[in-house]
Amino acid sequence: MRRVLAALCFTVSLSAADTCVECHSVLDGNLQAPAKAFSNDIHSRFGLSCADCHGGDRTASDPEQAMSRGHGFLGKIPRTAIPERCGGCHSNAAFMEKYKPRQRVDQLAQYRTSVHGKRLAAGDTAVATCIDCHSVHDIRETKDPLSPVHPLRLPETCARCHADPGHMAKYKLPTDQFAAYRKSVHWEALAQRGDLSAPSCASCHGNHGAQPPEVTSVAAVCGTCHVMMEDLYKGSPHAPAFASMGAAGCVVCHGNHEIKRPGIGMLAGPNAVCSQCHDSDSAGGKAAAEMARQIGSLDKAIEKSDHILAMAQQSGMEVSEALLRQREAKEALVKSAVAVHAFRPAAVQKPVQEGLAITAETFHAGVSALDERRFRRVGLGVSLMTILITILGLWLAIRTIESRKHTGDSGPA
Amino acid sequence: MAEVTEPSKTSTWFEERLGLASMRKFLAHKTVPVHAGTMWYYFGGITLFLFVIQVLTGTLLLLYYRPSPGEAYESVQFIMTRVQFGWLVRSIHSWSANLMILAAFVHMFSVVFLRAFRRPRELTWISGIALLGLALGFGFSGYLLPWNTVSYFATKVGTDMAAAVPGVGHYIARFLRGGDDVGGATLTRFFGFHVAVLPGLTTLLLLGHLALVQKHGMSAPRWAEEERERKGMPLPQMAFFPNFFLRELMAWYAALGVLGTLAALFPWELGVKADPFAPAPAGIRPEWYFLAPFYTLKLIPSHVWVFEGELVGLFGFGLLALWWVALPFWAVDRKGVERTRWVTGAGVLLLAYLTTFSALGYWR
Repeated sequence: MRRVLAALCFTVSLSAADTCVECHSVLDGNLQAPAKAFSNDIHSRFGLSCADCHGGDRTASDPEQAMSRGHGFLGKIPRTAIPERCGGCHSNAAFMEKYKPRQRVDQLAQYRTSVHGKRLAAGDTAVATCIDCHSVHDIRETKDPLSPVHPLRLPETCARCHADPGHMAKYKLPTDQFAAYRKSVHWEALAQRGDLSAPSCASCHGNHGAQPPEVTSVAAVCGTCHVMMEDLYKGSPHAPAFASMGAAGCVVCHGNHEIKRPGIGMLAGPNAVCSQCHDSDSAGGKAAAEMARQIGSLDKAIEKSDHILAMAQQSGMEVSEALLRQREAKEALVKSAVAVHAFRPAAVQKPVQEGLAITAETFHAGVSALDERRFRRVGLGVSLMTILITILGLWLAIRTIESRKHTGDSGPA
Repeated sequence: MAEVTEPSKTSTWFEERLGLASMRKFLAHKTVPVHAGTMWYYFGGITLFLFVIQVLTGTLLLLYYRPSPGEAYESVQFIMTRVQFGWLVRSIHSWSANLMILAAFVHMFSVVFLRAFRRPRELTWISGIALLGLALGFGFSGYLLPWNTVSYFATKVGTDMAAAVPGVGHYIARFLRGGDDVGGATLTRFFGFHVAVLPGLTTLLLLGHLALVQKHGMSAPRWAEEERERKGMPLPQMAFFPNFFLRELMAWYAALGVLGTLAALFPWELGVKADPFAPAPAGIRPEWYFLAPFYTLKLIPSHVWVFEGELVGLFGFGLLALWWVALPFWAVDRKGVERTRWVTGAGVLLLAYLTTFSALGYWR
């Protein structure tokens, strides 16, 4: 059998530069699959071959020689050795510089600090290694939409293990994170709006150094993107209170994986999160109700201006300046929602007042536009009546002239 | 017997200098044929009336409009929002431009179907077609002036088409744009064409066209003349002044009413300011009167045999225009017999092509 294989490979590899790919391409099943997949692999595009990971001699046409221990052939890499094998190149800045000068080289170091890395080091081979996330033999760049670690595909890649009850049973980890994440505002931004900067698993847990954020670091994790909210929260009375209770900051009100779009319903009303700790009669409950009232008033004022300006615009009135100002009012609404994280009504009041001043202006612009529309229509009616009377007058004049002619009066020929 | 009154000193003064009596005499004898198609005669006058509206409103817009990329959009916005009745002037200018082109097309097809282009009116036909071409030039150059996104990219597409003409296309496009791409130089050029070059040419050509109409009088269709001949009666005539003129005045007032209604109920939109660095918005298309050729060019494959599709399309439109201008010459055979069916067929086909492809270009 080996001789037949050797003869086959010899024929194929007479002109081949990479005998591994050439021989495996003509084999069957599992032996062929890696060679087929490798044509899409980023390593293949940079001129690397199977031998760069698996060892052996890529130039030898004799399979026995190509896959001999003497030429350093390693065969299938054991799972426990995979991070070190990949890190052999990817942790070497001088080596990586030849291919991608700006490529990071700390992945292996980070992986060793991760839960995955620590368990692998302890001999648990069921945890994720490089190939479980990046795939094997058809590894693609992160920005390639077909890559399993492309931002749009990453949540599903993590979910392959983390949503599998069988896989997670021995770690006693929940498996509902992915389902919950798919109901979140972050998923909506990522998957529905196609915003690749929207957070997914790795944004909060890290990628190579993946681990759950500690209670004390949750605010810092959220604050990576929500900078202003984090600053206000740190100065608020909730920060020391939650810390003393061992509660994980932002998560207390917003949850973790299933983060819903925030609104004034979180401050007041039957589903208010504030009411979980504060009675409505307490100072905290009253402050929450006051903040909800202020933001609600701005929200309603914006809606009212939007409505009247839309009516004016649909009538063809020029209200672009007012619509531009409306954007500023909406920015003020966002600022007021951010200011909630100071948990003081006075902090919310400033942006709300700014927004209300703008909406008063834009509503007035809408009213003026509709008044102008009314004026135009009345003007049109008067003009049309005048035109109609003139046409009627002309018609009567023509009739008079022509009847005079018919009765024999002098007139043009 | 009517009492004869002595002319006033003022009218004698003007008579001495202007010779108005000869004009009055001319008008008194000028007549218009009366038949089933007389109503179509009004469209020439309506086109003229709308042109006058264009000149008046355009002059008013000139008081505030500024032809530079940094100020054009803002100046039109200023006219629409701050200038007293500026919105009305601008809307009437835009609507009357469109109605004028529509009226010109109706006038052209009425001339075709009434056979008013026949000998000796060949030059009247050619000058009329040239005037329609100038009206389209007004539309194309004026469209860019508000400097909004739609007008900017439509001008880009339009000047790109000019660039496809073999040999001289590149030079034509550069001449129109004032550079390699649509920019500030294009805007000032188009403004110059719109307010100086085209009005000058149009005025000269219009005077020639009207002089020819006066010289040859209104053409009566052959079928109307034959019908009356069969009855042994001459074709009835209507005095141009005041009978026809007053009817024309009624038509102008009606056009004014339509114009005012459109301007008041559907003010012309300003759109979003042009951003040359932004990608072209989806579904960009030219004004309705360019939709038929635009849609045709979209349908032509990128290559027809060894030629570029766009080039084939432009060549086809060039031939079509030449064939149409030459209508009075091929509408009669060598023996002088009219090719009535050919002309009617060509008119119907062209009308069907323009309406169908314009509708398809608008909806698809």
